[in-house]
Amino acid sequence: MDSILETTLGSLTLKRPTVLASGILGISLDVFNRLHDAGAGAVVTKSLSKEPWEGYPNPTIFSVKGGGWINAVGLSNPGAENFAKMIEPNNDVPIVVSLVGSIEDDFEYMIKKFENCKVAAYELNLSCPHVAKVGLEVGDDIELVSKIIKKVKSITNSPIVAKVGLGKSDYLATVDAAVSAGVDAITAINTVRAMAIDVETQMPILSNKIGGLSGTPIKPIALRCVYEIASKFDIPIMGCGGISTWEDAVEFILAGSSAVQFGSVMGDNWVETFGEINSGIQKYMERKGYATIGEMIGKAKRQ
Amino acid sequence: MEKQRDNNHPHICVIEKIVDETPTVRTLYFKDSVLANVLPGQFAMIWVPGINELPMSVMVSDVTDQAALTVRKRGESSTALYNLSVGQQIGVRGPYGNSFKIKNGKILLIGGGTGLVPLMRLIKFANPSNHITVLMGSQTKNEVFFEETAKKLLEKNSHDIVPVTEDGSYGEKGYVTDVLEKLLEKNTYDGIYTCGPEMMMYKTVQMANKKGIFVQASLERMMKCGIGICGSCCVNDDLACRDGTVFDGAHLSQKSEFGHSHRTKSGILEEI
Repeated sequence: MDSILETTLGSLTLKRPTVLASGILGISLDVFNRLHDAGAGAVVTKSLSKEPWEGYPNPTIFSVKGGGWINAVGLSNPGAENFAKMIEPNNDVPIVVSLVGSIEDDFEYMIKKFENCKVAAYELNLSCPHVAKVGLEVGDDIELVSKIIKKVKSITNSPIVAKVGLGKSDYLATVDAAVSAGVDAITAINTVRAMAIDVETQMPILSNKIGGLSGTPIKPIALRCVYEIASKFDIPIMGCGGISTWEDAVEFILAGSSAVQFGSVMGDNWVETFGEINSGIQKYMERKGYATIGEMIGKAKRQ
Repeated sequence: MEKQRDNNHPHICVIEKIVDETPTVRTLYFKDSVLANVLPGQFAMIWVPGINELPMSVMVSDVTDQAALTVRKRGESSTALYNLSVGQQIGVRGPYGNSFKIKNGKILLIGGGTGLVPLMRLIKFANPSNHITVLMGSQTKNEVFFEETAKKLLEKNSHDIVPVTEDGSYGEKGYVTDVLEKLLEKNTYDGIYTCGPEMMMYKTVQMANKKGIFVQASLERMMKCGIGICGSCCVNDDLACRDGTVFDGAHLSQKSEFGHSHRTKSGILEEI
């Protein structure tokens, strides 16, 4: 019925371009079904590790006065094996499995656990800003990124997405390494390293002190990154960072995204966000005379 | 005047009074016009600086714009909150979640331990024409609390307060659900409201559903964000923090996890 919203990223086809970002609501198949019914084109799971992780003590998330959210949940997750068992019955929801690890063998170990699951794609978390030895610390190591992607590509036919963020290295060098190693798509960006201090108690609010900033304040930064990646590489992109309205989503598509991921917005709105953004994009397309998402991707690119 | 407050950012409050309810339970009072006026069933995330942040139901106070927290010392975080002194600071964010729908006529409240907190607030919001029965469960006599609080709050209502102890050292002997079962043999109610241990709520919901009585339960789950995005508190496809914490019994009877399982800090589903 809404095939106008169909979008493709290499071999991955999504009925709608709105995708649940990793870290948000990603631990229950029942919730995935609910989000899918609400209009999500795909859901990305919480980043899974080899073993279950409890994450950091609270406070793990709060809003920033003036806009946005800071979080350091600490990649809490039930572990790849428990998670794979949970999603085994799934047949309907396009599930993108997010993985986090330190070396290529970690990723191989985890992907093997999903042999009996329908996995739409794997998203490699190369950009979590608040856990040591994984995430951004891996993404900053260009050679390691290359090794991980080559290994993962050699053991699965599922599309591989690399999620990059703003770390110590030039993120475009990470994208370059990932593309050269054969990655199928890029998600950009993750949260941006940040903190907040309470002036009355004179303490950092997060138990981990440092976390990641998400929400509307990072949208212009994320948009710039998507635009830069789209200008330099021939690779499908899922734009992510502060998207909260259909206009934001269209902006990212015009910058070069084939799909958009979001999550923080649901702290204010709720699962209805998916339907609202989908219908907003569709109305925009009808008004502008687009028949497919593909025609719109990267339209804002200028020489 | 206070600037427009961001309810999702910790707001610092100072403890101004502490009342011991039992040897292991105490109530901490603090000034906060936002939390003082939350609806029955709503909760807040309470930051004990340097320790943790935990979801708490907000207790009533008879002082205008004063809020309170009733805490049992159990784990590291609740013990840290319990051990705070007058003059110390906490951060509060919220209120979060929905609230009880209070029916007209005869209503019954059934709670155990600190699960009585939202039920005390429910009494405060009840209609003066409500006849209110309160079943208060605890293990033993010196763990009974809020009996006087309930009496005071119920001054204008016709009411029955029934303390129940497991060892029979005070009030009725047994579990509160045993007392409810007996009451339901002879009486009917326009609404039943429950909060406390999950098995108590599960049995209550089952009994009420069987009799076709409107029933609501306020669920407790692992909570991190409180705003419906971390997913820790899910009960099947519901998020306790956002879709609840109050759910109708008819809705809960469709949820396989209610009364059976909850998630750990890492998100693994385990039996209750």
